[in-house]
Amino acid sequence: MKAFFDRLHHRKTKPLTRIDVSTVPLSGEQFEGESMRPPRVEPQQLISGCGQSIGKQRDHNEDCLFTFAVTMGGEAHNSPLGLYIVADGMGGHQYGEIASSTAVRTMANFLLKRFHTYLINPAEGMDEPLQEMMRAAIDEAQRAVTQAAPGSGTTLTAALVLGQQLTIGHVGDSRACALRLDGRVDVLTRDHSLVKRLEELGQISSEEAAGHPQRNVLYRALGQGEVLEPDIFTTPFPQPGYLLMCSDGLWSVLPDDHMFEIVNTSPNLHIACQNLITAANDAGGPDNITAILVQLIGQ
Amino acid sequence: MPIQTGMAIIHSSGDSQEVNLETQKITSSIGNESGDGATNVQLTSGATLVDRYVIQEVIGVGGMGSVYRARDLHFPSVVKLVAVKEMINRAPDPLVRKTIVQNFEREANILATLNHPSIPRIYDYFSEDNRSYLVLEFIHGKDMEAIINETSGFLTEERVLSWAIELCDVLSYLHTHKPDPIIFRDMKPSNVMVNTTDHIILVDFGIAKPFQVGQKGTMIGTEGYSPPEQYRGEAGLLADIYALGATIHHALSRRDPRLEPPFSFAERPLRKINTAISAELDAVIDTALQYNPEDRFHNAEAMKEALIAAGRKTGILNRVSGTTASVQVSGGIKPLWFFQCEDEIRGAPLNYNGAVFIGSYDHNLYSLNPADGKLNWKYATDGGIVTRPAAYEGDIFVGSEDQRLHVVNARTGKVNWTYYTEGRVHSSPRIAEGHVFFGSDDQHLHAVNLLSGRAVWSFETAAPVRSTPFVANDTVFAGCENGDFYCVDFRGELKWHYKAKMAVTSSPYVADGVVYFGALDGSLFALDARAGWVIWRFRMGKGSISSPYETDGLVFIGSADGNIYAVDAHTAKEVWRFKTEHQVSSSPVVYKDAVYCGSADGNLYCLEARTGRLRWKFATKGPITGSPLVYDDIVYVGSTDHFLYTLLA
Repeated sequence: MKAFFDRLHHRKTKPLTRIDVSTVPLSGEQFEGESMRPPRVEPQQLISGCGQSIGKQRDHNEDCLFTFAVTMGGEAHNSPLGLYIVADGMGGHQYGEIASSTAVRTMANFLLKRFHTYLINPAEGMDEPLQEMMRAAIDEAQRAVTQAAPGSGTTLTAALVLGQQLTIGHVGDSRACALRLDGRVDVLTRDHSLVKRLEELGQISSEEAAGHPQRNVLYRALGQGEVLEPDIFTTPFPQPGYLLMCSDGLWSVLPDDHMFEIVNTSPNLHIACQNLITAANDAGGPDNITAILVQLIGQ
Repeated sequence: MPIQTGMAIIHSSGDSQEVNLETQKITSSIGNESGDGATNVQLTSGATLVDRYVIQEVIGVGGMGSVYRARDLHFPSVVKLVAVKEMINRAPDPLVRKTIVQNFEREANILATLNHPSIPRIYDYFSEDNRSYLVLEFIHGKDMEAIINETSGFLTEERVLSWAIELCDVLSYLHTHKPDPIIFRDMKPSNVMVNTTDHIILVDFGIAKPFQVGQKGTMIGTEGYSPPEQYRGEAGLLADIYALGATIHHALSRRDPRLEPPFSFAERPLRKINTAISAELDAVIDTALQYNPEDRFHNAEAMKEALIAAGRKTGILNRVSGTTASVQVSGGIKPLWFFQCEDEIRGAPLNYNGAVFIGSYDHNLYSLNPADGKLNWKYATDGGIVTRPAAYEGDIFVGSEDQRLHVVNARTGKVNWTYYTEGRVHSSPRIAEGHVFFGSDDQHLHAVNLLSGRAVWSFETAAPVRSTPFVANDTVFAGCENGDFYCVDFRGELKWHYKAKMAVTSSPYVADGVVYFGALDGSLFALDARAGWVIWRFRMGKGSISSPYETDGLVFIGSADGNIYAVDAHTAKEVWRFKTEHQVSSSPVVYKDAVYCGSADGNLYCLEARTGRLRWKFATKGPITGSPLVYDDIVYVGSTDHFLYTLLA
């Protein structure tokens, strides 16, 4: 019982730790970073920004993104709802862009239909487990992609935010990351890439992986093969902090600390996303670039 | 573009010429659509090819064309069936077109030289317009993948072993082929036909397909059976050994490697999934699946010999029933001391202020000396005690079937006060924020002030509350016997509620904003603690009244199906299960890196938390329904044989 109290107590009073603790006056940059965090907000809500670029070396864009958020104030049990999706169509495949947009549209349509009734009448509640819903949506997207663009493929990373809980469905090597205010960047998803797997097995180092000629080879993608086993999991929304979703056009050229630095020094989420895209292009822009930033604010 | 579908490679050692012949994937929809729909039309039944083969039906569809069952008209008086494989040449470039046809013919020529009972015979090949055809022996049977999927439960070791030996035999034939060895490169259950006499035939030697290197950007790789070196384009004879190991692993474990990360067989030990598999066969498969080719069998013949040796050792090849793997029992676990009550112990013990407290169905609450098990005092209630005591500031709280909550001085055993409900108390008290919370068969959840002993509120439920409340973030969670699950705030007002299909006797556990509980309908639930959303549901074989425990991202729970489960808290995936001999109503507890849990089979089990491996078990003479307590490296557990036992953790 004591341990239980300790835990309760610990959780309530855990101070926010910051690496950049400083007693000198805040610099302009730091001040802007601070001002990004709204002081007090009610009701609790999701805000987001997004950015996309074709990159500097491709002639067309095969990435696709989707953002959606609902807030309902005045309700006793108000839970903000958000849906964020990133898909990266396969280069070298025909119809890569059809694959990614079909996947995103199908997924969004499927999930939003399920939530429609709840949004109109929350009292009805929802009995279907979120993870099973996510699974069904990915299966639906898999069918749609196979039909719309046979032979093509796409990654798909979807984040469903409901209250404090973040449920992620994931196939391929796009990423969902948690950016914490102390500078930690946790990659929540696991890349379904051959090179990442070799790295996990300790066969190659992370340095070797970064320059590996087969770093774009996926072992799992939407639209490929009859069987698909997506990763589906639920984790608390990074609060305080940000959810970053991106295609490999961003994460493969920007180190984690650089990404955090950009987000932390931008005045708002929209500009932060544009700055991320610009930085990826400045680093060569070898691929299409997509980024979504999400923040859960308020009490 | 898939870069690793099956290929038959012919190594020409002399002139280093390598012919890549990619096999057609009958079972896959991966294609190379040219966009010109007219050229992709399937032949319809009744169509005749070269005035000889009458198409009957499509039996498979691949990326380059279809596979048909056809009748050979050269045998008019008998029905001779053949398989006709089609390859539609869609390459726009004339040079590429020519290469495709050349490869196709070359492969047909090679296949024509093969003669082995496990390889289909080739009767003919020809081209018409932009299509080429291979005419092959038609095999009456099913592919191994279909057999795996259609079989409920596991295939027998005996059957899979005989297939494996035949597969080694045909691989050995191909690998020693003269003048050049042939690497099959696409061993997997769907490419292995099992005919009506249960012999295997390797199919899909293939139709040539130009190997297109993926363009810039993301590409697609494997599907689970291929060895690591195949991704580096270095696949040799030992790649077939690995893929054969993967195929056998799939057949025995029913775990499709295409659904798992590549090279993860070591993370799915065969004998953990299918305990009937012999250690001997397991060892052979393990060798075949080694990451480095040099650690595998050096040729198919060596693997075949190892399989035969394994079969002889286990007696399977001598038609003697194999020995089933038995769980290791480490005997000699002796209790430090034990204490006998006058009736069953169904609840859990408490260690507080240098004493152990345990309630018994004999109506008494006992205080014992943890050093030697000597009785300090006993306190009699007027009903059986099936709950776990709780402690707060020198007092012990315990619920009884006499409908009361009793508050007793921990040192003297003298009663301070009691609190009456209108039903039996099977729910254990939970103390938080100056209050004690517990449920009763009177269909209420009670909140009682610790100082005054007075009710602060009682929350009416639809049925008896036998689950122990959990308190977190100023809210109280509890289940109810009709399946309702409640979240109530500190004012006793409902925040949300969820309805399970059957009783929630299991006590909830809250961690990281998620509440976990089991139900009699066989589900383990994870709900958002704040709003009651169902995050996931994990299905067990039977209902559960065991209470879950979460630590380090694993949720542990027992079930009436006899298993203790460990489930990943984030993904709802089963990490392991441990089978006991009877229902598990006891609730698991985790101490250091071990899980402790009782079973109605009378044993207390100590399992490794990460793997579910048995460390030891301790047998009592009656079912264990209460939960153990582990404190200071000592395990306390009560049994329905009337004894409280203490063991070294």
